[in-house]
Amino acid sequence: MSNKMHVKLNVNGQDHEFLAEPRELLIYALREKLNITGPHVGCETSHCGACTVTMNGKSVKSCTVFVAQANGAEVTTIEGLGTPDALHVLQESFKEHHGLQCGFCTPGMITRAAKLLEENPNPTEEEVRFGIAGNICRCTGYQNIVKSILSAASELNAAKEAAQ
Amino acid sequence: MIPAAFEYYRPTDMAGVIALLQEHGDDARVIAGGHSLIPMMKLRMADVPHLIDLQGIEGLSGITVTDGVVRIGAMTTQHEVIVSDALAAAAPIMKEAALQIADPQVRYMGTVGGNVANGDPGNDMPGLMQCLNAQFHLTGPDGDRAVDARDFYEAAYMTEREDEEVLTAITFAAPTGGYAYEKQKRKIGDYATAAAAVQISKEGGKVAAASIAMTNLSDTPVWSEAAADALVGTACDEAAVKAAVTAMLGDIDPTEDNRGPVAFKRHAAGIVLGRAILRAWSRA
Repeated sequence: MSNKMHVKLNVNGQDHEFLAEPRELLIYALREKLNITGPHVGCETSHCGACTVTMNGKSVKSCTVFVAQANGAEVTTIEGLGTPDALHVLQESFKEHHGLQCGFCTPGMITRAAKLLEENPNPTEEEVRFGIAGNICRCTGYQNIVKSILSAASELNAAKEAAQ
Repeated sequence: MIPAAFEYYRPTDMAGVIALLQEHGDDARVIAGGHSLIPMMKLRMADVPHLIDLQGIEGLSGITVTDGVVRIGAMTTQHEVIVSDALAAAAPIMKEAALQIADPQVRYMGTVGGNVANGDPGNDMPGLMQCLNAQFHLTGPDGDRAVDARDFYEAAYMTEREDEEVLTAITFAAPTGGYAYEKQKRKIGDYATAAAAVQISKEGGKVAAASIAMTNLSDTPVWSEAAADALVGTACDEAAVKAAVTAMLGDIDPTEDNRGPVAFKRHAAGIVLGRAILRAWSRA
């Protein structure tokens, strides 16, 4: 029953192959097998969103995906968005607007926000709040997170206009 | 929270799925988005020794509207429901309801088929399917059959679907008139304390036809024919809404849980139905 299966994942543009039990949760495969520890284990019950990654173009809670289901998928984590030397616009914006305090929810929050802005580049405050409703922050009261995302949206749009 | 070990299968055609279901019987379950089943497996409330993933099967997702009939493949996600222009035009109540399900991440994974087939009275789509008089399409060893949504639910997690059958699609006639899906929940991501699905069509200032269904107020979704009857022929005035609410309260049977005692749920049911009727009427 506990036979391991061969799993292929493309994470942040890099191919990985490993053996895992089908029941292993994607979050543990990322953190413990691949040492990609940006996505966090918050509640482990699909509530908090700290484990949010992008899988095949969808924001998903990686605590609620079996690694067997993810086999063959393309996954993006916070590590795939920016690096310490070249922060993503959202990371800069969270830093600028104090969009985090303890930082635990931040990787999931930013990964979700990146997908949100991809689908809706010009969101209203209400749309931002609705769009990050699957991510819980227990420090900030969300005000500065929303501000950070709105500011990143304007910056991304300005950069897009400048490029045209 | 790690579930018990299971064998994982990802067949590429429906015959493969049915063969696995026949081979393993009760020990096998199909998984679509998994956002009801995986939490149950993690809590070890569901024991699934053989897990059959439907993601490799072509043709199970997608929304089509043909000659006034809406068809939604079982693997269509709530997110796809929300962003479908065809569905927004043909049955806008679907989007209004889907937006009130769970949160964005769950809606990217959660499917319409899973939502209706699971038989959880807390799910929103089963109630909505009562309102729309949908048909559920099942495929099994003996071929295909369709079951009316209004005949599908027997009790919590008990449905007309046989163990060896898979729900592949839902269909319904595109509704006419005004619509509303009104849901009271404690927070984003929670199941309904009470929710109401309403379609109303109007002729000459009167209610010509209505359909009313309620979510999470019994061990199955509740289609309240009596509530709709109370509206038909009226101008949907205060007295008519009150009569519909009273009729609906005769059809529900909520139980006490962490969302509140029975009296509160009945109160909330009346409030959401009143709001849903007024919104549907304003759009009729």
